[in-house]
Amino acid sequence: MQFKLTVSAALAAVVAMTEPGLAQFGGSAAGQRLANMPVDPYPSTYVPRSWPATAIVGATVHTGTGATIEHATVVMQGGKIVAVGPDVVVPEGTAIIDGTGKYVTPGIIDAHSHLGVGAEPTLASTSDVNEATDPNTAEVWAEHAIWPQDAAFVRSIAGGVTTQHILVGSANLFGGRTVVVKNVWSRTVQGMKFPGAKQGLKMACGENPKRVYGSNKRSPSTRMGNFAGYRAGWIKALEYQYEWDQFRAKQKKGDPDAKPPKIDLELETLSAALRGDILVQMHCYRADEMALVIDMAKEFGYRVTQFHHAVEAYKIRDLLARENICASVWADWWGFKMESFDGIEENAALLNAAGACPVIHSDSNVGIQRLNQEAAKAMAAGRRMGLNISDGDAIRWVTLNPAKSLDLDDRIGSLEPGKNADVVLWDGNPLSVYSRAEKVYIDGALTFDLNDPAMQYRSDFEVGQSDKEIVR
Amino acid sequence: MKTFISLAFASIFLATAAATTATAEPVAIINATLHTGGGAGTVERGTLVMDGAKITAVGAGVPIPDGATIIDAGGAEVTPGFMNPYTHLGIVEIEQEGSTDDSDSGEMPYKASLDIAPGLNPASVTIPVTRVKGVTRAASVPDFSKSIFAGQAALLTLGDGEDFAVTPRAAMHVTVSEGAKRLIGAGRGAVMAMLRQAFDDTRYYARNRSDFDNNRARATALDRLDLEALIPVVDGRMLLLVDARRASDIRNIIALATEQKLKVALVNAEEAWMVAGELAAAKIPVIIDPSDNLPNRFEALNATLQNAARLHEAGVAVAFFAGGEQLANNPRNVRQLAGIAVANGLPKDAAYAALTTVPAAIWGIAERYGTLEPGKDADAVIWDGDPLEVTSAPTHVFILGRPISLETRQTKLRDRYRDLSGGGPGIGYR
Repeated sequence: MQFKLTVSAALAAVVAMTEPGLAQFGGSAAGQRLANMPVDPYPSTYVPRSWPATAIVGATVHTGTGATIEHATVVMQGGKIVAVGPDVVVPEGTAIIDGTGKYVTPGIIDAHSHLGVGAEPTLASTSDVNEATDPNTAEVWAEHAIWPQDAAFVRSIAGGVTTQHILVGSANLFGGRTVVVKNVWSRTVQGMKFPGAKQGLKMACGENPKRVYGSNKRSPSTRMGNFAGYRAGWIKALEYQYEWDQFRAKQKKGDPDAKPPKIDLELETLSAALRGDILVQMHCYRADEMALVIDMAKEFGYRVTQFHHAVEAYKIRDLLARENICASVWADWWGFKMESFDGIEENAALLNAAGACPVIHSDSNVGIQRLNQEAAKAMAAGRRMGLNISDGDAIRWVTLNPAKSLDLDDRIGSLEPGKNADVVLWDGNPLSVYSRAEKVYIDGALTFDLNDPAMQYRSDFEVGQSDKEIVR
Repeated sequence: MKTFISLAFASIFLATAAATTATAEPVAIINATLHTGGGAGTVERGTLVMDGAKITAVGAGVPIPDGATIIDAGGAEVTPGFMNPYTHLGIVEIEQEGSTDDSDSGEMPYKASLDIAPGLNPASVTIPVTRVKGVTRAASVPDFSKSIFAGQAALLTLGDGEDFAVTPRAAMHVTVSEGAKRLIGAGRGAVMAMLRQAFDDTRYYARNRSDFDNNRARATALDRLDLEALIPVVDGRMLLLVDARRASDIRNIIALATEQKLKVALVNAEEAWMVAGELAAAKIPVIIDPSDNLPNRFEALNATLQNAARLHEAGVAVAFFAGGEQLANNPRNVRQLAGIAVANGLPKDAAYAALTTVPAAIWGIAERYGTLEPGKDADAVIWDGDPLEVTSAPTHVFILGRPISLETRQTKLRDRYRDLSGGGPGIGYR
């Protein structure tokens, strides 16, 4: 029974990437291959490392849900959280880590990273962030450009980051597909891919697309052009879906002349986004543009999962709360471009107070190393203006909220029994500038240890050319 | 006669009153934990007296002058105002908007002669945003355009109105990093040759000005204006601020500075820790971003979070700046960066020095700014927590003895959107 279920799940995963999975292409081998293009052709090969059951005992635990438990125990077994609380009995045979005076949080999740696609060292040859050749490149996938040997990965795990959402850039209206990875050393990107995580569709508002194309005398050169481009893209995707629907209807009737439409990688992505199989992740700074995007999503019947770099989210926090759209923001980045000029430090806190879903993201190979500190800054700014923001709220902005923004909150983002054991032991309060991630567990396996160089992975790039003495 | 006298007195009185508004009222901060940065170290339950633009008394139980405004710090920590010695404050409003960027000479021929001071905007909204986080001093540096010389930097006092003070031509900025290679389209040998030639031409120019007037001078690589600007550099009077990253480039600069008796400070300097002993021996200070730990260039493969700690341990003077895209908009974050350096091994006292006395010494203002000591400029900050902590912020900022409003464009936007009830046009009238 168990076996059968697995087989049918596997079959479901490899049915045609086109929506119905029923296309008949006659007796042609090529046709059969087209008909059976898998949904996930580069599947995750990630396997959790086996690690003894471990309990961290006596630490202050921020669960990620907003709660904080003093003198608590967190038990990890078989890659999962099995118990969290003040009165947990540690099962026999469990390795004990003394957490006295220390803090535990879920693994930090960065909802906006470009590691691997914009790799170290920063060279033209390592920059694969933007396929800036057309305003609609929904056909490209970030996972095809991630260099697992980017030296920034190991530095981000030193900051407690266990999961990151790697996006294509914002040059295009439709940038391409994003991917969620686990922060593990791997020879291949497949070995990092988060099993079962949905891809995203990166879209971009505002200045970037209109600058990139407008400067080449192409559309978009204005925000009007941006919206015309989005809408034209969605209409093409609906037409594409309609053609496939027509084909399937004919095929069902046994029409021998039923001819399948051409498979189009760009429209496959957009169709999947319209269906909700791919999450729409939208780069958008300004409040007015976010509000227009929300209406556009209604126009075409899709959902925006998250706005990224939402510097002006505080201005429409009521709308974002009502629409249940997460807003990924920085603690204090502002003013580097016109559309970020109205940035304020209280953005995340105001979103929190309005019942919206603030996420503190990095978009930076430096910032990703200290998302905990960025959350702390945003928390403190909120408190100074009189908002009631708990330590647990701030931790939620870099754990459970980003998990929600990636539709992974059923698996990661909080320390609750049954969830993946992505856990960070901090040597002090993670909301302090002086604290560092001491031990980082991914699926219950120790993946980084601050005090044990043997438990710090290195990128191939650094082998033999950077000083071994370096503590990163 | 009597009337005349009183009129005379009246005019004297008015003049004094005007002077008094121009200088600050005496202020005594009592019951403070004073990080003096001077010989007194940290003073518990101390009093800091500021009168006019100067600190007049510091210590436990020092007398408070009559008429002073007394602020009870309630045990809070008080530091000198911090300094970020490498910024684009006031010369760039928005990094990606060229219309607001006055940091370089673009296509113009000005190289060493570029003086950024005329481009400084005291009304920039970045300045209040910076100083309300306790940064009261900064250096604003030119950016590179067509030459290894960017031009001359300015020193800023980030006060309000007339307390926004500019010292122009405070340092010459030059690069010998990969950036220099890109600028001139040549390798490191050419970069160093160009630098030596510029200094050699400058000395020749200084000795033979009349030959230049009479068109009898030998050919020089730089124009006369640039040579003129470099005279104080070759004389060792003007700070030469060198962008260098790779250990070997830093060694080249140590050799040049030693041989030509130049006054040099390094900026960026990711691999400085590898030549820390040589830097200490040559007494060359460095300005680093302590969070700069990525091998993002082949010349920075050995970047590490321990750069600050290792340099300090070797006896090198270290100051901090906020690099990346933060030069114009987030120089305030230099404080967090100091905390990060502490988290990675730098003693806390050295971190405070890196934010105060070290940049003051590098930029030649240590005799008047950088510590809480009598006679020093009255830049002082009262903090609501540990001054290096990310959750802390100033409750009071004094620059040249005057209290600074903690309002900024950002706090005004915050307050405008504090209450969305109604959500209608009413917000626009706030």
